[in-house]
Amino acid sequence: MGSDLSAMKAVMLRDIKTSLRQPQDLLNPLLFFILVVMLFPLGVSPEVEFLQPAGGGILWVAALLSVLLSLDHLFRHDFDDGTLEQLMLQPQPLFLLVLAKSIAHWLLTGLPLVVLTPLLAVMVHLEGNSIGVLCLTLLIGTPVLSLIGAIGAALTLGLRSAGVLLSLMIIPLYIPVLIFGTGTVMAAAEGAAVAGQLALMGAFLALALTLAPFAAAAALRISLSNG
Amino acid sequence: MSEPLLQAVNLHCERDHRTLFRDLSFSILPATLTRVEGPNGSGKTTLLRVLAGLNDNADGQVLWHGEDRGASRESFLRNTLYIGHRPGIKAMLTPLENLQALTAGRGGCPDSALRQALAGTGLSGFEDIPCRRLSAGQQRRVALARLLVADEPLWILDEIFTAIDAQGVEALERLLVQRVAEGGSIILTTHHDLRVPGMERIRLGDSDHEEVSHGL
Repeated sequence: MGSDLSAMKAVMLRDIKTSLRQPQDLLNPLLFFILVVMLFPLGVSPEVEFLQPAGGGILWVAALLSVLLSLDHLFRHDFDDGTLEQLMLQPQPLFLLVLAKSIAHWLLTGLPLVVLTPLLAVMVHLEGNSIGVLCLTLLIGTPVLSLIGAIGAALTLGLRSAGVLLSLMIIPLYIPVLIFGTGTVMAAAEGAAVAGQLALMGAFLALALTLAPFAAAAALRISLSNG
Repeated sequence: MSEPLLQAVNLHCERDHRTLFRDLSFSILPATLTRVEGPNGSGKTTLLRVLAGLNDNADGQVLWHGEDRGASRESFLRNTLYIGHRPGIKAMLTPLENLQALTAGRGGCPDSALRQALAGTGLSGFEDIPCRRLSAGQQRRVALARLLVADEPLWILDEIFTAIDAQGVEALERLLVQRVAEGGSIILTTHHDLRVPGMERIRLGDSDHEEVSHGL
């Protein structure tokens, strides 16, 4: 058990170190997030009447797309340099190591998005309470995006360019999270209670945490068998 | 004492409708060096990946200490070291960080031992320089430094002599011979003219001539 944890820690540390040393991979999804949100006031309407009700949805969609954008990197570099082979041959269960990689991915993409959210939420005229709830839904929702995304990234690893296929496969799985995320923010804006919806999102997270790493680990085995 | 470490029973592998090997059976005994031979594309790397447990596309059985490997997977993984074409060296990390990450899942190794291993492969002074600044040969040496701290009884090594200079090759040969003398088992592929007394050989690429001509 202790060796499992220290192996997971080592995997996370390696991913965080390598990412911090090539910051463009880190900054791309963040910049994308900011740009997409900025374009709505410019391209549709800067009026409060439009932005306030739509704001939660805009931020959620932008966050979802920027996580999607970063998914291809999750296993690609490790696949190319052989790190993935070595991970598979570690004595620890592979799903734990995949879980560690997913957590590292969230820390490097999802969490920065959540941190930026209050700033962008003010830009789209969201109110205090809504901003809090929006951050909370993203805090619970973005790890789900990373975990589910890991399955798609693992499955498409054998392909030269996985971009479109990855999106087609993963977006349907993201839709429930998106619906509940934006629904919760809208409910909060209308002053309704959101505890139930947040609990449901928590259930999504619990489900993704326990099941997605198994699926992703199995997908990695298949992808590497053909590699 | 001479109970085989690893046994392959009737391995059969096809790739792109071409038979790479079939009915391939052999045993890896303790304290032996086995070389897989054959021309390019004859399936040497595939065989090593099958043995290492990376490739599930082969039929047949691989036994670890006489038991099916699926049942004793953890013991197998803990006691086997595989270094492939792509050795898992991260360009952004320093040699020391790379070794730390690679050994962490296998019980870890104190930094002093890792630094010593890097010095042993001629990389002293380069421990804290990102690997992307090192030459191809030096990057291979980082991967090979693992061999100096590895205590796994079975090593599976794919083309380890690639990009290594003459002196390095000599040192590596000495290391392999010494390892076998200490009781370790090694199975490897190389196009380098390896001279090790008592070397076992597995020859690939002869069985499929008939298949190929039949296809034509």
